[in-house]
Amino acid sequence: MELAVISGKGGTGKSSVTAAFATIGERLVVADCDVDAANLYLIFNPENNTEQVYVGGHKAVVDHTLCTVCGICESYCRFDAITEIDNRIIISETSCDGCFFCSRICPMNAIAMVRSNRSRMYSGSFRNGMMVYGHLAPGEENSGKLVSMVRDEGKRVATEHVMNTILLDGPPGIGCPVISTVTGADKIIIVTEPTMSGLEDLKRVFEVAQKFTGEAGIIINKYDLNEAMADRIEGWCAARGSTLLGRLPYDRRVTEAMVAGKSVTEMFPEAEISNILIKIWNKLITNGKE
Amino acid sequence: MKIAVASGKGGTGKTFVATNLFNVLSRRGEDVTLTDCDAEAPDDLIFFRAEKTNETEVDHRVPVINKDACTWCGRCSRWCNYNAIFYLQAAKVIEVIENLCHGCGACTFACNSGAITEKPVVLGTVTKFRTEGGSPVVEARMKVNEMSPVRVIKAAIKESGESGVIILDAPPGTSCPFIQTVDKADYVVLVTEPTPFGLSDLRQSVDTLREMKKEPAVIINRSDIGDRGVFEYLRKENIPLLAEIKYDPAIARTYSEGRLVTDEIPALSSLFEELVEKILDGHGTGSYKR
Amino acid sequence: MKVAITSTGQSLESKLDQRFGRCAFFVIYDTETGGVEILPNPNKDAEEGAGPASVQLVASKEVKKIVSGEFGVKIKSLLDSLKIQMVVYKEPEKTVKSVIEMLNNQKINK
Repeated sequence: MELAVISGKGGTGKSSVTAAFATIGERLVVADCDVDAANLYLIFNPENNTEQVYVGGHKAVVDHTLCTVCGICESYCRFDAITEIDNRIIISETSCDGCFFCSRICPMNAIAMVRSNRSRMYSGSFRNGMMVYGHLAPGEENSGKLVSMVRDEGKRVATEHVMNTILLDGPPGIGCPVISTVTGADKIIIVTEPTMSGLEDLKRVFEVAQKFTGEAGIIINKYDLNEAMADRIEGWCAARGSTLLGRLPYDRRVTEAMVAGKSVTEMFPEAEISNILIKIWNKLITNGKE
Repeated sequence: MKIAVASGKGGTGKTFVATNLFNVLSRRGEDVTLTDCDAEAPDDLIFFRAEKTNETEVDHRVPVINKDACTWCGRCSRWCNYNAIFYLQAAKVIEVIENLCHGCGACTFACNSGAITEKPVVLGTVTKFRTEGGSPVVEARMKVNEMSPVRVIKAAIKESGESGVIILDAPPGTSCPFIQTVDKADYVVLVTEPTPFGLSDLRQSVDTLREMKKEPAVIINRSDIGDRGVFEYLRKENIPLLAEIKYDPAIARTYSEGRLVTDEIPALSSLFEELVEKILDGHGTGSYKR
Repeated sequence: MKVAITSTGQSLESKLDQRFGRCAFFVIYDTETGGVEILPNPNKDAEEGAGPASVQLVASKEVKKIVSGEFGVKIKSLLDSLKIQMVVYKEPEKTVKSVIEMLNNQKINK
């Protein structure tokens, strides 16, 4: 079973919740799909890492010895990536979408399409199972393909080590990487916080989750920062018939545990927040059994 | 002068800093615009009473294939690097898969029989508001179920113009949406928190920015939680620390209810006043001098 | 009838690839003649749209049935419209050969 933890808004505590879930029960596979800002490895220190190269998207590169500065590429590029400066064609790597159009229409064949190979995927073992994570090289486009690769590797590792559960730590937002994380996942857990922004972003990410999967449960993190707002979010959930998995209190020990390289359930098993997390996890896992 | 407020990690207080900086500048009567570039989760407007002054849709053009004119040569499908044109010669099937299309226009050019025309598909909106204080807020909002916010972000930055101070509230992460935002900035402020997660993401943001030849400055939010890793990193890397904001439940509450601390908490108001001075005096670049 | 089986390698002893769009190889098996054709999947490393592109590839081979571990949401309707049957077979340890045997014994259907 694949469970994906996502949030819409960043910084709601998604990774801390995932870290707790990953260390409560039976051994499992954790796949960090937030390839843009992978963090979980800091808590899990995976060992015996294998490294795989991720080949990223294409970027157009001009060969100035062939280019006659005719400007055809510039006039057809719809991503505003090509400009002529001082009688020289400059292609912006950050704006280039990799569509190949310019390289196909260049009469001098002066534009090559080059793929980046600076991104990586790692997999290894951690104290409660296996861990897979990606690292997107700075500035690379996150098309969701590296996320798919991380999930595929997660499935492969799960089969190899006979583990039933794969826990996905998703990226923030609602775009491509998020869709790649939730598509086909068996369960989605949305972690939100009791703020106006939290609610607004929850609405948007919930819409995405609904489109790509059946079940989405919601956790309100740090609910006691604003209980009235937590109630409002709970009301919103009830009106939609979506499951409220639980409310977690704000607890500085979550951060303390992170600093020590542990999850809150590992370091402070007696804390109220740990108890709630354990209850939520057990509920998630048992419902999933066929 | 464009100031980007960014953070690798989500939820560190990027929006909190951007909205309050804007508020302070606005009430001083400065020419200031706030541009919400987090198009996947736009939240800035929650903090202001504002009146909508203008809304534009951001679209791209996707192909429409006239099957009667099609000669079934398959060139459009071969030219599409996104696999957005599904083509079976023998069965005479040709179909545009719109959500894969990036609107590059290559297929339209590739078609030799004039069978391809184009239609606009809306990706999101750029909306301009005027706050009670008279300063404009520009919001980029990607449509739910769209894949990439990049075009909407670019359009919002364009809409914000060039006059006075423009504060860009950047999306989280370090991939394309982040790059498109900071690329246009004269000055980048990174908001982080002093935890291992915060440090790891800060490092990735700094590496990305340095590759773009940009030197950021940092604000540490919730500076009294976690550990000293971020502080040591800043010292070692010679990155200026602009401000430390201590954790305070009152800040969390004010923020959660969609209000501004610079209106309600005097200590924070003076902290942001000082911050504005630091940013404008110390780092005002070419186009903007006070 | 031709059946496409997603394979992790280029022999019949290879294991069934659980991915459709980004599988390593397609084994095209003809149930009438017993003929086998093995194609490397050019869409394995596609940035986007590997699913539809792979459908295009196998459909051009006049395949009527596909056996794989899973199919993306995007391509289900495409396969329906082409009247190509999807067979979801979540058995990553099974070889292509054993899938062919099951096809011959008609043990695989929906």
